[in-house]
Amino acid sequence: MPSINKPLIPLAALPTNEIGLTVRDYEGSMSTLCAGCGHDSVTAAIVRTLFELSIPPHKVVKLSGIGCSSKTTAYFDSAAHGFNSAHGRMAPIATGANAANRDVLYIGISGDGDSLSIGAGHMVHAIRRNVHMVYVIENNGVYGLTKGQFSASADIGSAAKHGEANTVAPVDPVMLALSLGASFVARSFSGDKEQLVPILKAAAQHRGLALIDVISPCVQFNNHYGSTKSYRYVREHELREIDPDFISTGHEIVADLPRDGAMMVAMHDGGLVRFRTLPADYDPTDREAAMHYVNRAHARGEIPTGLLFVDESVPDVHELNHTSETPLVELPFDDLCPGSAELEALQQSFV
Amino acid sequence: MQATDIGDPDYFHRVVECQWACPAHTNVPEYIRLIAQGRYSDAYMVNRESNVFPGILGRTCDRPCEPACRRERVDGSPVAICRLKRVASDLRDDITDRLPHAPGVKNGKRVACIGTGPASLVVANDLMPLGYEVTIFEATAEPGGLMRTSIPSFRLPAQVLEEEIGYIVDMGVEVRYSTPVTSLAALGRDGYDAIFIGSGAPKGKDLAVEGRHADPEHVHIGLDWLKSVAFGHIGSIGSRVLVIGVGNTAMDCCRTARRIGGTDVKIMARRPRQFFKASPWELEDAEEEQVEILVNHAPQRFITEEGRLVGVEFDVLEWDENATHSRKVDTVFLPCDDVILAIGQENAFPWIERDLGLDFSQDGLPVVDTVTMQTTLPGVFAGGDAAFGPKNIIWAVAHGHEAAISIDNHCRGIPVDERPVTRMTLTSQKMGLTEWSYHNDYNPSPRQQMAHVDLVKRFSELRLEVELGFSADQTMREVQRCLNCDVQPVFDAPLCIECDACIDICPVACLTIAPDADSEANLRTMLTVAAENLDEALYVSEPLAQTGRIMVKDENLCVHCGLCAERCPTAAWNMEKFDLRLGRAGIGVLL
Repeated sequence: MPSINKPLIPLAALPTNEIGLTVRDYEGSMSTLCAGCGHDSVTAAIVRTLFELSIPPHKVVKLSGIGCSSKTTAYFDSAAHGFNSAHGRMAPIATGANAANRDVLYIGISGDGDSLSIGAGHMVHAIRRNVHMVYVIENNGVYGLTKGQFSASADIGSAAKHGEANTVAPVDPVMLALSLGASFVARSFSGDKEQLVPILKAAAQHRGLALIDVISPCVQFNNHYGSTKSYRYVREHELREIDPDFISTGHEIVADLPRDGAMMVAMHDGGLVRFRTLPADYDPTDREAAMHYVNRAHARGEIPTGLLFVDESVPDVHELNHTSETPLVELPFDDLCPGSAELEALQQSFV
Repeated sequence: MQATDIGDPDYFHRVVECQWACPAHTNVPEYIRLIAQGRYSDAYMVNRESNVFPGILGRTCDRPCEPACRRERVDGSPVAICRLKRVASDLRDDITDRLPHAPGVKNGKRVACIGTGPASLVVANDLMPLGYEVTIFEATAEPGGLMRTSIPSFRLPAQVLEEEIGYIVDMGVEVRYSTPVTSLAALGRDGYDAIFIGSGAPKGKDLAVEGRHADPEHVHIGLDWLKSVAFGHIGSIGSRVLVIGVGNTAMDCCRTARRIGGTDVKIMARRPRQFFKASPWELEDAEEEQVEILVNHAPQRFITEEGRLVGVEFDVLEWDENATHSRKVDTVFLPCDDVILAIGQENAFPWIERDLGLDFSQDGLPVVDTVTMQTTLPGVFAGGDAAFGPKNIIWAVAHGHEAAISIDNHCRGIPVDERPVTRMTLTSQKMGLTEWSYHNDYNPSPRQQMAHVDLVKRFSELRLEVELGFSADQTMREVQRCLNCDVQPVFDAPLCIECDACIDICPVACLTIAPDADSEANLRTMLTVAAENLDEALYVSEPLAQTGRIMVKDENLCVHCGLCAERCPTAAWNMEKFDLRLGRAGIGVLL
């Protein structure tokens, strides 16, 4: 942890976004994570995303569970709402919050321990329900907070800091999500903000659960030779072919469209995602093809990154559950609590 | 891109903007840190090593360091470097046992210096400890040159001047007072091994307009008049005074006039205020003393009645935007009792015979090499105002150091253009994971204002120093404004794992990991914040191990807070203190 707070230095007038805020207005408190932690880069990418999308800081809800990753929510957007839940319980809290208010941006930050071990069941059902949220897994393959035991995402053969190799098969959140019918599945790398920021922007505009598996190296316990989640290994094995550009207004699309090999996917609220440098046969809207592609890349020892699959037609939690369009907090009391007679009538309807 | 060569002492020296701007290259951040630690004597000695006269310069320096100060780019006002120099001087303990000493056994070489101004004194300061016998010739009865005669004692108390001159003279310098040199040829015949001309630019310029000499008793040349006041020959002036000129000497004249009888003192300027030569703070100090400044007035006629000056007629001018062309729009008569002409200084060398081989340029100055300070006559050197025309004390000090090197070379039979090597050290400031041996936090304090003696009191006593110096509280605030530009983030490319931590934490976005570029111009456009200040360098690393990209730091933006190094997991970034070691006479390796 740095010895001083990041000072506000009026060196040059910082650029402002559409609502007049600077990037510094989206920062949180100083990170207490280890120097060089990938999670801090994810934080910086989220700060940039919120700034560039001009999202009002108070229209964000930050959710997390337990672990190094779950500390991330403290380090961005101090003005946002937040809920730091029990271990693995970020997803159910997000589901409940979704039911109460669909008018804010939910950003859940979890880790490979929080989401693939203790909270795996919750994550699975949040994906099934297509909870409207950005679901970031900061995936480093180890339990950093307890000093470097293998996590559920450690690859077979990946070595721990003191040399022993993992022998248990990993849970791959991307394959898991694809198989569960997830509507937005991406993988990225904390050391590559040029890719991560556009993915986060697309995720924030997605209707439903946008799962982003961010390989975020643990600089302390999993950044050595032999690890498959070190900065070096990811850079050497990253298959950075499915690069998205996020385009938020129709005006820009016209200027950018005539580009060879680009494939456009429309997001539900008007934004567009343009995929470039695609493999010729890759279709990011074809779930089966995406699973096949990811599987084959894994077999070759490659880590495909980018926005791997997106389907805006999958119904989200609100459509499935007929949630209130008006946030509960804005409903008049009489609508929110219609009284004993209405309750009685409801109960009678079940008789 | 070619990686930056940080082994070149000039590279980091440029980043320490104050030190780079100082002609004598005073290590400003180092002495400010020492003041912060209460080590005033050490701070004084760091100053003295470069500028020799911390007490004098702490009151009178022209401060080229302050416009250069990085802090000005941050919050609009530079660190009060000059005021802090005075703090070090005012609060020091007795440092006499830390001063250089002349050895008992001399080296047999004799050097003559002309004038006891700062340039000659620095030559003596540098040469006496090496065993030279230095003799200084002084035309007046007291040492100091223009420091004594043209800077009023309410700005520079005589005691401060005498103390610091004493540090040098007490090494055993022979000063021949009231001994003007009247012939360089004659001095040359006295068998000196080298001669240094440090006689300054002692002649005030005159003004050739109608009626100028009709009443010589009430029209004064500024420099001469200040000198007469300093020596007590003049003790009063009329109540209505016009000072013609807008340089620092004009400010000294009007403020002196306010103290010895002038109640209605006006500064008369030909051009608009933004074209004045005086330092802004000297203008402010004059205005505080109720001196009126009239712009766009050009003197045309001195008017006398029965031989007594009664006033001056001025043309009122209208200038174009750059004040290059003017148009007369009116004529005004301003009544006055006295006029002081402070329109500039001139050099005068009636005592140098023109057939000695010492060449003069067309502007009447001796031809002097800007590096070696040697004239065209081998063995004769010059510095300060005498060499390059009127500048200021700190330039004279810088010239003195260089001349001393040349004189030492000359006397040892080494070519004068063989200069000592400038060296540097870089010392890690790391004390722990996130601990540094300097205070790296940014302090948002505004620049502290100097307190002055109240107006009534200062006019009652000519020699009462006006500036009171910083209080302890002000000093402690002001030292924290320094950004420690000498503590450099130093990058070790092979250690970098490209985790982006430094880039994410940097409060001023001065860092970028960029793809290698074919030119610096292109690279400047590829950074997190485009590097538009072309005067400031880019610090470019070797290619990084994992991706072959390069780490780039824009020196224009960096505030040396050290957060990049605190967040760096591999100590690829480290904070290291840059210490410049300049060559001095007798010290350092010759090239």
